[in-house]
Amino acid sequence: MKKIEAIVQPFKLDDVREGLKRVGMDGMTLFDVRGYGRQRGHKEIYRGHEYEVDLLPKVKLECVVPDDRVDETVGAIIESARTGSIGDGKIIVSDVPEAIQIRSGQSLEDVL
Amino acid sequence: MKRIVTFAVMLIAVLGLPVSAAAQDGIDTGDNAWILTSSALVLMMTGPGLALFYGGLVRQRNVLGTMMQSFAMMALMTLLWAIYGYSLSFAEGNTFVGGFGHVFLNGVGMEPNGSIPHLTFMVFQLMFAIITPALISGAFAERMKFSAMLLFMALWGTVVYFPMVHMVWGGGFMSGDGMIPCLDFAGGSVVHMSSGVAALVIALYLGKRKGYPSEAMRPHNLTFAFIGACLLWVGWFGFNAGSALAADGLAAVAFVNTHFAAAAAVTSWLVVEWLRDGKPSMLGGITGAVAGLVAITPASGFVAPMDAIIIGLAAGAICYFAVAVVKAKFGYDDSLDAFGVHGVGGTVGALLTGVFARMAIGGADGLVEGNAGQFVNNALGSALTWVFSGVATFVILKIVDAIIGVRISSGDESIGLDITQHGEEAYN
Repeated sequence: MKKIEAIVQPFKLDDVREGLKRVGMDGMTLFDVRGYGRQRGHKEIYRGHEYEVDLLPKVKLECVVPDDRVDETVGAIIESARTGSIGDGKIIVSDVPEAIQIRSGQSLEDVL
Repeated sequence: MKRIVTFAVMLIAVLGLPVSAAAQDGIDTGDNAWILTSSALVLMMTGPGLALFYGGLVRQRNVLGTMMQSFAMMALMTLLWAIYGYSLSFAEGNTFVGGFGHVFLNGVGMEPNGSIPHLTFMVFQLMFAIITPALISGAFAERMKFSAMLLFMALWGTVVYFPMVHMVWGGGFMSGDGMIPCLDFAGGSVVHMSSGVAALVIALYLGKRKGYPSEAMRPHNLTFAFIGACLLWVGWFGFNAGSALAADGLAAVAFVNTHFAAAAAVTSWLVVEWLRDGKPSMLGGITGAVAGLVAITPASGFVAPMDAIIIGLAAGAICYFAVAVVKAKFGYDDSLDAFGVHGVGGTVGALLTGVFARMAIGGADGLVEGNAGQFVNNALGSALTWVFSGVATFVILKIVDAIIGVRISSGDESIGLDITQHGEEAYN
């Protein structure tokens, strides 16, 4: 099993959910996060005083998938979250040694 | 126990002095209705108007503390006013301060004072005594102890505001038949200049907020600030048009002038901001409105509507300059620009009142009508207000600092006023 973490633009969230639904992904966990990469921030001006706002709001979503579904899931996220500009985000894939469904106590490998 | 009972009986006897049920002759019901309405409008300027305006501009952890600074004035100044404030402002006295003739509202009842009941006049003036100290709180936002704030305000009201009212409106040396008669229709010097200069002194005395100006201190809720500013605009009709003390033509002039100046100042602030910073901001628009309302305050019953537009245009641009350029250059932390808007706007308004006053409106001519003397008087009155409020504020701060300490601890500042001063949070 793999965990897929994707940090995307907040305004792309609906597109990403649609994209994931199309490849049969029907569960995820979302976080509102802030961060910056090469996009850096933007400036805001209040009564003539300029502030650099460098931590921008992003959405991070996480899901766990069987190994054989990683490629299509990642592909769906890239396709739906991409605008082509700096700041589109990142996808991180990592190994998950164990994942358990609380209700049944079963391994997620058997459930998914 | 017996002593307590005796004291309570005495207190009831003093506080419960029957309001004299004089004849209603000489009272104009239309005038009375308008001034009572205006009184309510002016109270609305402080709560919720100013509380929302200032509360929206601070960071999230200080919103309740900031609102409380305005709201507390609605209680504190009311009690001081009832006990001795009205007397020190309007009772017979010397040229600087009123006497004790109206202590505990002695002799203030339903009988006419002009064409309205004396009580109506008293309560209308009270609303000004509430908002004036509340305005100062914009300068010490996010870093003053609540206890020190209360003591400071009580002393400032007593030593600065009540005498200022007496000097300009209560028969003192800056009143109509005084030594230096200044034109101040609704409080350019009494309210805005006195509080604005006090704001500058207190900002300098307290020093900067932790992290200012390197850390971004963005307003936490500009929609609050917007609602507050719009309530101020509406309330200002009571402030200025109510200052005619009658529902007459002068009230209509003041009403129109108030509105025109606000609109003009919104425009000039936004134009300057658009040119200099690249974008016209909502915060800029509402701040411009307040600057225009401040500047027209002393002039509202003395100038014509087209003059009001000029005054508004000047105020918007000059206050922008004070807030965006002068403050940055000198580096003082007038956190919510109480000085930049009220001190500077009030001074602009007082000077321009001396320029544009017209006999046909308020019974006095200014510079444009060939009466340079009035301009000189208004300039002199402004200078005296600056010096008086500045020096007195500094002395009061020293005293409060010695007794309580004015500034919250560095740790409390990081946690915020809401939790450290009031034990509550705004958003849960």
